[in-house]
Amino acid sequence: MKLAYWMYAGPAHIGTLRIASSFKNVHAIMHAPLGDDYFNVMRSMLERERNFTPVTASIVDRNVLARGSQEKVVDNITRKDQEENPDLIILTPTCTSSILQEDLQNFVDRAQIDSKGDVMLADVNHYRVNELQAADRTLHQVVEFYLNKARKKDELPEGKTEKPSVNIIGISTLGFHNQHDCTELKRLMSDLGIEVNEVIPEGASVHNLKNLPRAWFNLVPYRELGLMAARYLEQEFDMPYVDITPMGVVETARCIRKIQQILYDQGANVDYEEYINNQTLYVSQAAWFSRSIDCQNLTGKKAVVFGDNTHAAAMTKILAREMGIHVVLAGTYCKYDADWFKEQVGEYCDEILISDDNGEIGDAIARLEPAAIFGTQMERHVGKRLNIPCGVIAAPIHIQNFPIGYHPFLGYEGTNQVADLVYNSFTLGMEDHLLEIFGGHDTKEVITKGISADSDLNWNKEAQAELNKVPGFVRGKVKRNTEKFARERGIDEITLEVMYAAKEAVGA
Amino acid sequence: MTLAQEPTALTFECETGNYHTFCPISCVAWLYQKIEDSFFLVIGTKTCGYFLQNAMGVMIFAEPRYAMAELEEGDISAQLNDYDELKRLCLQIKRDRNPSVIVWIGTCTTEIIKMDLEGLAPKLEAEIGIPIVTARANGLDYAFTQGEDTVLAAMAHKCPNKAPIAEEEKEERNAISKLLNFGRKKEETKVEDSKYINHPPLVLFGSLPDPVVTNLTLELKKQGIQVSGWLPSKRYTELPVIEEGYYVCGVNPFLSRTATTLMRRRKCKLIGAPFPIGPDGTRAWIEKICSVFGVEPKGLEEREAKIWESLEDYIKLIRGKSVFFMGDNLLEISLARFLIRCGMTCPEIGIPYMDKRYQKAELDLLEKTCKEMGVPVPKIVEKPDNYNQIQRINQLKPDLVITGMAHANPLEARGINTKWSVEFTFAQIHGFTNARDILELATRPMRRNNNLKELGWDKLVKEEAKV
Repeated sequence: MKLAYWMYAGPAHIGTLRIASSFKNVHAIMHAPLGDDYFNVMRSMLERERNFTPVTASIVDRNVLARGSQEKVVDNITRKDQEENPDLIILTPTCTSSILQEDLQNFVDRAQIDSKGDVMLADVNHYRVNELQAADRTLHQVVEFYLNKARKKDELPEGKTEKPSVNIIGISTLGFHNQHDCTELKRLMSDLGIEVNEVIPEGASVHNLKNLPRAWFNLVPYRELGLMAARYLEQEFDMPYVDITPMGVVETARCIRKIQQILYDQGANVDYEEYINNQTLYVSQAAWFSRSIDCQNLTGKKAVVFGDNTHAAAMTKILAREMGIHVVLAGTYCKYDADWFKEQVGEYCDEILISDDNGEIGDAIARLEPAAIFGTQMERHVGKRLNIPCGVIAAPIHIQNFPIGYHPFLGYEGTNQVADLVYNSFTLGMEDHLLEIFGGHDTKEVITKGISADSDLNWNKEAQAELNKVPGFVRGKVKRNTEKFARERGIDEITLEVMYAAKEAVGA
Repeated sequence: MTLAQEPTALTFECETGNYHTFCPISCVAWLYQKIEDSFFLVIGTKTCGYFLQNAMGVMIFAEPRYAMAELEEGDISAQLNDYDELKRLCLQIKRDRNPSVIVWIGTCTTEIIKMDLEGLAPKLEAEIGIPIVTARANGLDYAFTQGEDTVLAAMAHKCPNKAPIAEEEKEERNAISKLLNFGRKKEETKVEDSKYINHPPLVLFGSLPDPVVTNLTLELKKQGIQVSGWLPSKRYTELPVIEEGYYVCGVNPFLSRTATTLMRRRKCKLIGAPFPIGPDGTRAWIEKICSVFGVEPKGLEEREAKIWESLEDYIKLIRGKSVFFMGDNLLEISLARFLIRCGMTCPEIGIPYMDKRYQKAELDLLEKTCKEMGVPVPKIVEKPDNYNQIQRINQLKPDLVITGMAHANPLEARGINTKWSVEFTFAQIHGFTNARDILELATRPMRRNNNLKELGWDKLVKEEAKV
């Protein structure tokens, strides 16, 4: 048993449901007790989904416990098949059904006889894998199922597309900024003259899966989701894949060069160097931002990074390599894939933390006292408690991390977004200086609630004029500090002398 | 519509039970806040933990006094010893939080692997010196708010039988009533004490926010009825004394196990009343309690009329409109009864579980309300089937659907007004004073749509998507 207040990755079935609900016209039936269908709430609320989430539960109740599911699961599958005509129904085991050890495969086989659509059992073990691993596995399973089916029916299309083309693998429901990333990747591919063959699983139809081998290569933008499917396609159809996450200027260039090489190997004479150069120097703002005096002020500031493998690794590299920020700790909760993470960030940070215990991460942040944190919603709350700003870069996330506006993390527009996020997370340079001059950071005691409340203290002409010279955004603070100083000493007129005395006193 | 088509007696149906609701372990979210010195330990899997984390949103970050005892493969296959594991975690909780009680919440998994929590608790309790209350709030047996019912039923066993010394006890209870009359002087309290009529002790059960507790207690005080205690109280150490022959009364419709436990195990007399939700319900609740103690209620009629008057601006918005309850928190009967009194019609009340004995008075009031308002009585659907319900909603086109969050956005996108049922669980809806809050919730979609109606943005899904 483990005492847990918070978890970074969800249970396995969430991963399977994310895949099922990403595809078009695929329905998932959970073998689960009442209340386990909160995935529907998450999808409906977080993604503000307009359609009903295609997930239902075949309820495990007392009767099932006593007598087994018997006809219930089969009936629920065939009923759903008739009601909604899905192309595929995925029977999804949960922690409860794992222990019941019912022969779910048998239910699937029986239900298949009466169903028009396909029926499949998600092959995930609840006690061995988490949400991310289960999603990866389920996507692989679906892809394999439909390619085998097509092969058996001899429906596999021959050859490759005429022009260079790509499958983008791993975009899914409830993924961190996945929708925006997908748009950005499509734009990038079109800039490079590459056709997008299929995007899976988001928005894809299972009927199109047989076309996957027609692409020249696969692009797997996220470390956590899609690699299994890509490796399967490599093994079966000799399709190369690119698994470099195009997040940050340097990594985006690296990703594009890898694509260039793969296409070149297949006979396309492409040269993306000029495109990379042009984007980096003149189109994307991130490289210029690194050079600008704004970013200079960030030099050597301390940051802690924590998240999933993809985002924590990419962010660490961006901060250290592209912005000159001192990453004191980089960490991931993807314990099962820790070696990859260590290898990726080893040279870019002082310390690596592999853990899914939020207490451990919170303690590390408190010990290191960084100027900013880049983490999940959990780290944001740690930051709130410790008064350290936090930019959210990875799931688990809340509704505010599903923005309506366009906010990719990948590609060249992604580099702009990340630069904004970093810049806004640190206390702005100029403000930082002024706060230092006028008495440190936020004072806890607030005298009046309003920013510039009328006060009973009298500022004489000179002092008022001096106050007006203070830049607007710290003027209120200077005014408050001075007035507080005067009140404490029973001074009722504020002169220049009082002002300076206040500055000295508060500074001391 | 002919009269013959309108059913006049309540009809009960039971569907497949394929409906969406919260897992009953969600009760820890409000109970740990209510019982200030408690710690709730949910013994379950990642699935349970992920639910609490997501359903309870930001509350999780306030260093909650609840946690998961997350079962691992070794626990399932009994390679690890349950007792030792629980002892380790409970000692850690004792060290870090020092609670006055640890509540173990049994889940589906502990049911299936038959972990004997009730057996382990007394042993461990003796060993670590903290009371342990065991509640089986699992999704195999219960829905959403019924979780509270299982916890309170377990707590009912822990209520002291008899005050140690009568004198001291009286002093203590005075202290409680003093708290309720905060600010008033002791002498005054004593004077007011004498205003209570002589009646057997009354204990109310159901977890409510403290302002509502004060409010309902004062409401009864006006009738000369003294509330001897509440189950639960603000602290575990202040659980009320329950002796044989005490009277008990529920404030929420989902507390049937607690009621049964109080009657059968603690030999209390249950006052079966409608629940104090809405001014009509509150009045009926007080009247019933008064009648049991032989008190002639004073000023209730005027009080109720006044509240109705003050609600008129909201009632205007919903009068003559229809409301459909998909059912997920067992407050449905009381809310429907109140909304019908407000002038709405209600074709269907979905409800997870219907205890016709515990809710008898509420059901009677519902029937009476329908008759008086001249509207057909609703069809009550136990263990509803959400898929079928959505077909019915498509046909009936109700003006308001009260539903869980899984269906709210998809229905809104199809031009159907919805209100999340969960909000009724967390809002203050009891007593005369809070009637306005119920309508504030129920009319919000109407008010929002009045603001937006010029825009023509009703249906925001492309094809009439099949459901």
